[in-house]
Amino acid sequence: MDLYEYQAKELFAKHGVPTQAGEVVRTPKHAQEAAARIGGLVVVKAQVKTGGRGKAGGVKLAATPQEAHDRAHDILGLDIKGHVVHQVLINPAADIAEEYYVSFLLDRAHRTFLAMASKEGGIEIEQLAVERPDALAKVSIDALVGVDRAKAEEITDAAGFDSSVREQVVEILQRLWDVFVKEDATLVEVNPLVKTPEGLVVALDGKVTLDENAEFRHPEFESLVDDTATDPLELKAREKDLNYVKLSGSVGIIGNGAGLVMSTLDVVAYAGEEFGGQKPANFLDIGGGASAQVMADGLEIILSDAEVKAVLVNVFGGITACDAVANGIVQAIAMLADKGEPVTKPLVVRLDGNNADLGRQILQDAANPLVELVDTMDDAARRVAQLAAQGA
Amino acid sequence: MAIFLTESSKILVQGITGSEGTKHTIRMLGSHADIVAGVTPGKGGQTVTAEGRDIPVFNSCQEAVAATGADVSVVFVPPKFAKAAVLEAIDAAIPLVVVITEGIAIHDTASFHQYALNAGTTRIIGPNCPGLISPGKSNAGIIPGTIAKAGRIGLVSKSGTLTYQMMYELRDLGFSTAVGIGGDPVIGTTHIDCLAAFEADPETDAIVMIGEIGGDAEERAAAYIKDNVTKPVVGYVAGFTAPEGKTMGHAGAIVSGSSGTAAAKQEALEAAGVKVGKTPSETARLMREIIEAR
Repeated sequence: MDLYEYQAKELFAKHGVPTQAGEVVRTPKHAQEAAARIGGLVVVKAQVKTGGRGKAGGVKLAATPQEAHDRAHDILGLDIKGHVVHQVLINPAADIAEEYYVSFLLDRAHRTFLAMASKEGGIEIEQLAVERPDALAKVSIDALVGVDRAKAEEITDAAGFDSSVREQVVEILQRLWDVFVKEDATLVEVNPLVKTPEGLVVALDGKVTLDENAEFRHPEFESLVDDTATDPLELKAREKDLNYVKLSGSVGIIGNGAGLVMSTLDVVAYAGEEFGGQKPANFLDIGGGASAQVMADGLEIILSDAEVKAVLVNVFGGITACDAVANGIVQAIAMLADKGEPVTKPLVVRLDGNNADLGRQILQDAANPLVELVDTMDDAARRVAQLAAQGA
Repeated sequence: MAIFLTESSKILVQGITGSEGTKHTIRMLGSHADIVAGVTPGKGGQTVTAEGRDIPVFNSCQEAVAATGADVSVVFVPPKFAKAAVLEAIDAAIPLVVVITEGIAIHDTASFHQYALNAGTTRIIGPNCPGLISPGKSNAGIIPGTIAKAGRIGLVSKSGTLTYQMMYELRDLGFSTAVGIGGDPVIGTTHIDCLAAFEADPETDAIVMIGEIGGDAEERAAAYIKDNVTKPVVGYVAGFTAPEGKTMGHAGAIVSGSSGTAAAKQEALEAAGVKVGKTPSETARLMREIIEAR
């Protein structure tokens, strides 16, 4: 779960990382009031979970409260790489002598954590890594030892911070590590970390990603969830505990197991090339125990996507028995009819593995004209793409 | 031989008294697993009866290992308690610990992974994996024992259901060992570890490697294959249609910016001389051609 800048800064403050006090507002009028309270030159910053805000016109200086009002008016509602701005953060404008970069992140390749630091912050770190790799220090961290004073000094010296800020950076790194571990983050990034003309080191921006799997020890995570930018169908799926991702195609997909469903999307997209470019409409993994209720919930969400013209149910019965899946499909169709939302789109079903014959027999006996059985995954993908093309 | 798991493996089940633990203990026993012990803290002294066998339950791995000589643990403990369970298995110096649990916090996995490295006596498989099976010999995890017979193909996969699918497609040829290494961002045993073990295994003739979007494990495996693997390898990668920045079911299955894409993985594998199938069925066909040409 990615946090907004203002949420990241709240976590920084909680763990003693020097940052700026600010106010988050949703209207130009409130921006004006906040600027008046803060006083002097302020910066109005779009709160969106993506980079490149500055270039997109999402970060502006304002000398007066009236200017803060006007800048907030410009920024609120902006679309930055598909993220619409609903909130702006009003911060006092800092004088900047130097800009640095520090982060902690998960290093998947080495299966440990990694610190990155540079004296040349302020630009996109991907750009720095490509253009000036020597300027970006990378120090791996032992998960059991963490970042103690010695490790913080190692990172600081590897990046070559000079003596005027060394002690402050060493201290900040240890506190950011507290954010990383105690808040169960997978990313903590400060870009820029700045030195003011007075010589103080302050986190001027912040990016934090939290690990949703750690929610059991962080009940507060729930309050950080922000659904303003979430697709309505994904929202509905989450309420039903379904693992669903909305895509933009015409073929609804239901399957079991993340790998098999990803593979199903690919196979449908290949097959769809023959039929005018039909594409998968979604990812939906119904997992191991495909009960009638889960199947009904899944079908309901997929069929409420107006773009969907046909649905593929692709199940390999490993632990799941295919007869249970087949019963699930039959009952789900009945449940949706009872709810007054009868299934009207064709369903292609491919069952293989545990009790596949029984499952196929159940569907044949039910003899629903909308349900079509196909033996293999490749043929099923081709058939559902063809049906979607006909329905378009 | 097979890899990691053989007919002489003595298995203990952590979380044996939970519903998943009990259910899969029965299933494993039905596919040649020699399950000698269970561990559930506070339930030591009880017995779990499954498939006509009385399996003693112990309070700790230490006690279970001392009493039974167990050398494999399969962990069915809920995410919240998984770290403590795995640390306990490492402290008991169990050589192979298979973590089935899905949804373990990444800081917990990173800790027990490092702890196992420091101890140097435990290989971890998973977390968030289906485990491994050496058909006809033993089964440690949740892979159904009935899909495929014993044979001479080795399989390594991030995904459980794609493991099942591939085993099913090649069920008549059979497998030496199939390993589901798991879909989390940090896992204990990698594609490379399995490739190295299959290369060294005299009972394995050819290898199927299944990957998916996220991270660069497949690219690293490709480089390893090029330099170290002489046996034929066939590959499959899932997730060509996955959008950037979206987690596709598995916690580790995410394309970040331009890294972790399926296309890059396929390209790396093909550059290493691995034949990569467009679909699971085509991948199975490629493997069949290799085996039948031998």
